[in-house]
Amino acid sequence: MSEPTSSTSTVAEEQVVLPDTSDHDKIAIEQSGKQGDVLLEVDHVTLRFGGVVALNDVDFQIRRGEILGLIGPNGAGKTTCFNAMTGVYTPTDGKIRFKGHEIAGIKPHKINHLGIARTFQNIRLFPEMSAMENVMVGCDARHKSSVPGVLFRLVRVRPSEEELPASGIRRSLAKVFGISRHTLEERAGRKRSMELLRFVGIADRAGELARNLPYGYQRRLEIARALATEPELICLDEPAAGFNPAEKEDLMGLIRRIRDLGHTVLVIEHDMKLVLGVTDRIVVLEFGQKIAEGTPDEVARNPKVIAAYLGEPDDAA
Amino acid sequence: MDFDALISGLDRHTLDGITRGSIYALVALGYTMVYGVMKLINFAHSEVFMVGTWAVLGTYTAIGATAGMGVGMVIAATLLALLAAMLASAGTALAVERIAYRPLRKKGAPPLIFLITGIGCSIVLVETFGQVLRVIFGPPFGRVTVNIPSVLETTTLFEIGGLNITNTRLLIIVGAIAMMFALDTFVNKSRLGRGVRAVAQDPDTASLMGVNQERVIMLVFVLGGAMAGVAALLYSIQYDITKFDIGFFIGLKAFTAAVLGGIGNLRGALVGGLFLGIAEVYASIIWSSEWTNVTAFVVLVIILMFRPTGLLGESLGKARA
Repeated sequence: MSEPTSSTSTVAEEQVVLPDTSDHDKIAIEQSGKQGDVLLEVDHVTLRFGGVVALNDVDFQIRRGEILGLIGPNGAGKTTCFNAMTGVYTPTDGKIRFKGHEIAGIKPHKINHLGIARTFQNIRLFPEMSAMENVMVGCDARHKSSVPGVLFRLVRVRPSEEELPASGIRRSLAKVFGISRHTLEERAGRKRSMELLRFVGIADRAGELARNLPYGYQRRLEIARALATEPELICLDEPAAGFNPAEKEDLMGLIRRIRDLGHTVLVIEHDMKLVLGVTDRIVVLEFGQKIAEGTPDEVARNPKVIAAYLGEPDDAA
Repeated sequence: MDFDALISGLDRHTLDGITRGSIYALVALGYTMVYGVMKLINFAHSEVFMVGTWAVLGTYTAIGATAGMGVGMVIAATLLALLAAMLASAGTALAVERIAYRPLRKKGAPPLIFLITGIGCSIVLVETFGQVLRVIFGPPFGRVTVNIPSVLETTTLFEIGGLNITNTRLLIIVGAIAMMFALDTFVNKSRLGRGVRAVAQDPDTASLMGVNQERVIMLVFVLGGAMAGVAALLYSIQYDITKFDIGFFIGLKAFTAAVLGGIGNLRGALVGGLFLGIAEVYASIIWSSEWTNVTAFVVLVIILMFRPTGLLGESLGKARA
């Protein structure tokens, strides 16, 4: 698996707006289990493409509430591992369990609904939608209304006082017929999207088309879109690729704050300083095999890891 | 070559062209939406339209609607026929998707296979109305042209500068444009439309972000089918006929209109449809009506030579408010 180089340089005048942390309680997610429980289990997974063994008996666990780093040289199988976890590939052998459910072979959108979201190494936003709309697509994943329910507004909800429209006739109508659940979900989605954009620090350009956003904004937008699906596990695929040191520093803060919202974070990263600085534990892959696992300190001292990975310059990506 | 005839009746001929083009445009939406989401030309869509015209005939027959009823009855019969046509066409489109496309998609078949099964479905549907149903039920099914009662009789509503605006014409043009406006708003503003655009722009990513791709595909077939149903009613009102193979040329023209406007682009379907309708009527006046179809395709080729992606040339994902 080749991992293309992210060589795009960041635009110097990008102003990173410091996030407003007072909103955190609004976008925090509900937990379905206890901190420290096993959230995702990669159980002796092997993945072959024809004769190529991309993953060979890889075995590790992600615990609820931790930040786990997945590192390894180019072609070690990190992204393949992500793809297997999010339903893009089905493992040839072995099992992947999320919250106890077997997820290997399930459709990607169902895995997303179970609570796994991801970002991409090579940015894959919806280029012709605004930043806001991109995040709203993520929010939509959590909405309950069916297609006929949306088309004909079947499910009505008795609105609370603040949900009622301000003006006369629409207010009266809403009082009599209620408001469709779809409308309320749409409204909530819009609000939540804005809060998420604020959380990642790009709310100032919410209305702009994703393809017109500067590189750093696009990376953050991907994170916001993934968070919008309310994942218990968020997988970040090289979120710092192409970032300068100051931006990397910001990103480390962002990753910690994502954990504070209640998400468990899995991060693939080449930058050792970032990985050692932000993760609780690290799993190291080389040639599709796990060669080490442990705390950042343990991993950094592991001779196998040093030989395989740290021998190369940090920015080998 | 009779340019004088064209010039002297330019307003009338343009109106004719717009009427014809509105129907093309509505059918074109079905091609363009399916293409936008699946990158597939649904060749069975022409028969989705054909089924709609039969639904109109069936409704009129079932309720005994004929020419010369009272205003209330005419409105009721027309609305009922509209509903029946939309349901029948949407149902047919959905059935085609289920039977001809979904199983192949699950198996990961190459794109060319879908074209073949689409054409196969088209032939099956045509022969069903031309042969199978005739054997079972007898007339009106069969290989002949069937009259649809002109429940809504054409009357002149008003005149603008010597141009007679009839009720049917007004209904067709206003109806077609209103439906397109509604569809455009739906795709660009609503939550389901957002899902449609997400899949059109990047199906794999949309799926990873929790968008149910199968549901989006079903939705575009249903919406495209419903639009073809509207077109079927408007066609019945204008031409008062149907036939087992009526879908062939309408489908071909609508597909041409979709390509002309930029396939995958909703507004392109409107522009392409109107453009094609007007070009055809002009050609039939300048030369003669035998030249209608020739002109349609010559125009297509010329336009595509200069604008290979069509007049508006964007994809469904890019079409935005």
